Amino acid sequence: MKAVTWRGVNEIGVEEVAEPTIINDHDIILEVGLSAACGSDLHLMGGYIPAMRAGDVLGHEFMGRVAEVGRGVTKHQVGDRVVVVSFTSCGQCWYCRQGLWSLCDNGNPNPGITEALWGQSIGGCYGYSHALGGWAGSHAPFIRVPYADQGAFAIPDGVSDERALFASDAAPTGWTGAHQAEVRPGDVVAVWGAGGVGQMAARAAMLMGAERVVVIDRFDNRLQQVRTHIGADTLHYEKAEVPAELREMTGGRGPDVCIEAVGMEAHSPGPQYLYDQVKQQMRLQTDRPTAVREAIYACRKGGTVFTLGVFAGLVDKFPLGAVMNKALTLRGAQQHGHRYIPEILERMSRDEIRTEHLATHVMPLSDGPKGYQMFKNKEDGCVRAVFRPSM
Amino acid sequence: MTSSIGNVASLAARGAGSVVRHVRAVVNPSAAHPAAAGHSASGWLVVTVFVEPSELDAAKLPAPLAEFGDRIEVRIQAAPGGKGTELAARLRDRPRPGGALSRLSGQDPEAGLRSALRRAKQLIEVGEVLAVDPVPHGERTATPGGAFLEGWTKAAPKGGVR
Ligand SMILES: NC(=O)c1ccc[n+]([C@@H]2O[C@H](COP(=O)([O-])OP(=O)(O)OC[C@H]3O[C@@H](n4cnc5c(N)ncnc54)[C@H](O)[C@@H]3O)[C@@H](O)[C@H]2O)c1
Ligand SMILES: [Zn+2]
Ligand SMILES: [Zn+2]
Repeated sequence: MKAVTWRGVNEIGVEEVAEPTIINDHDIILEVGLSAACGSDLHLMGGYIPAMRAGDVLGHEFMGRVAEVGRGVTKHQVGDRVVVVSFTSCGQCWYCRQGLWSLCDNGNPNPGITEALWGQSIGGCYGYSHALGGWAGSHAPFIRVPYADQGAFAIPDGVSDERALFASDAAPTGWTGAHQAEVRPGDVVAVWGAGGVGQMAARAAMLMGAERVVVIDRFDNRLQQVRTHIGADTLHYEKAEVPAELREMTGGRGPDVCIEAVGMEAHSPGPQYLYDQVKQQMRLQTDRPTAVREAIYACRKGGTVFTLGVFAGLVDKFPLGAVMNKALTLRGAQQHGHRYIPEILERMSRDEIRTEHLATHVMPLSDGPKGYQMFKNKEDGCVRAVFRPSM
Repeated sequence: MTSSIGNVASLAARGAGSVVRHVRAVVNPSAAHPAAAGHSASGWLVVTVFVEPSELDAAKLPAPLAEFGDRIEVRIQAAPGGKGTELAARLRDRPRPGGALSRLSGQDPEAGLRSALRRAKQLIEVGEVLAVDPVPHGERTATPGGAFLEGWTKAAPKGGVR
């Protein structure tokens, strides 16, 4: 079968790969209906998460129909329409039972790599390098889904494929941020990044009762989507001094919760950007933390900063003094989607979450390289390139 | 595949190696002394399994540990805070432990026991050992970066959860 693969830094390919088979009893084989490119893939594409091998199949946000079930699977049958969470988590270990699914002890068959990097391993993720398990991704006609009773969710009849697709990654990631940052009724919440993840974090904060939500970016089309489809306010960071605007918007206090949904390749208009880029290219820091720094600076005293954006290793010029003296709570997480997806699908069926607008460009797998190029450069208003293997 | 890609990939891989060393040196000053890095002095390797202590029996261990026979000692005790049960094992005849590098490259003499503990934990908690291979993939170009990562990936399952 044809699949979209990582070939090297900034090189995406389309090539022939073997069809997956059932290996563990709890596996299903899914016939992929739709599979989206995520901002996390851009970090792989740029070589910032250096555990990819040429030929690895990309993609971790997907939905489709069950094509085959392993003998240990009880929840799913051939033909079921399901959405699959990006993380592979067992559902039985202490972390899974605490609802901290992405921290699963058992879902990553290569735990040694992240143990060496971070001291402990976390769960696995499809198409996300050998550090997170070496699983094949979903930009292919078929994908193997381990722990399927835990990770695959039946899509309610009234929810379209195009909407349900984003219950795989963007929406549960947004829910993880807003919920784990403990957004409360009446809070003012600022979100850095108006991609799929930032938009969903803003929507989650609103549904959790935030009184005012502001999303920050520099792409007008994305900010327009935030106002039209999410219903939050926006700030254009090249036209405004973000911490100053946020301060005045909040009566001089600063936002109660700051959610960063940008990640390790953050952009910034000032000279610091060049400094960060050079240090990152020279591997003196692995990640560019521009938006996190700004979030820490803008956050109200005693508030919470949550990093949803993906970081891999070390950052430079980290404002620890502000964290300590302002008594901030600093948290982060990969998404604990298993915990939020049932609620998300229900809210999707009630039209409380709309996501179709994120799929700005739907294309066949053979357009993989073009789709990633458009998404990376945000060409033609691309918010998510979505592949439909049947096209 | 052009050679420039290989160069970039190997640069990325070297980047990874240096990050690992850098992180370890920062968080674990003992990494400067490879003989002891990453090993507890007692030789006990431990995993926490999310079951009641009464559900584990040192005389009826899962196959990956049972295979060691009396080459290992085993200890079972309740984990604090309701986190389940600590299952510990150590080799009776202990080789001199390898360092972080030998562990990453698969040369660690205790790697087999780590891997066995990890598989035992999965058998107890989930009922099966998760396998990723054979995984569908495209053409693997031969680059130093790819070779480095392949070695790393081979050693990685032995890391084991702690
Ligand atoms: N935690 C998780 O489980 C999880 C899951 C999915 C994605 N992610 C991460 O979330 C991040 C966002 O993902 P996405 O798919 O929305 O990506 P995306 O590339 O579509 O969006 C990122 C947005 O951030 C904006 N941005 C860049 N620099 C900024 C700055 N300094 N201030 C404000 N905005 C800035 C960009 O203009 C862009 O619109 C990525 O780092 C991705 O890896 C995390
Ligand atoms: Zn993602
Ligand atoms: Zn688990």
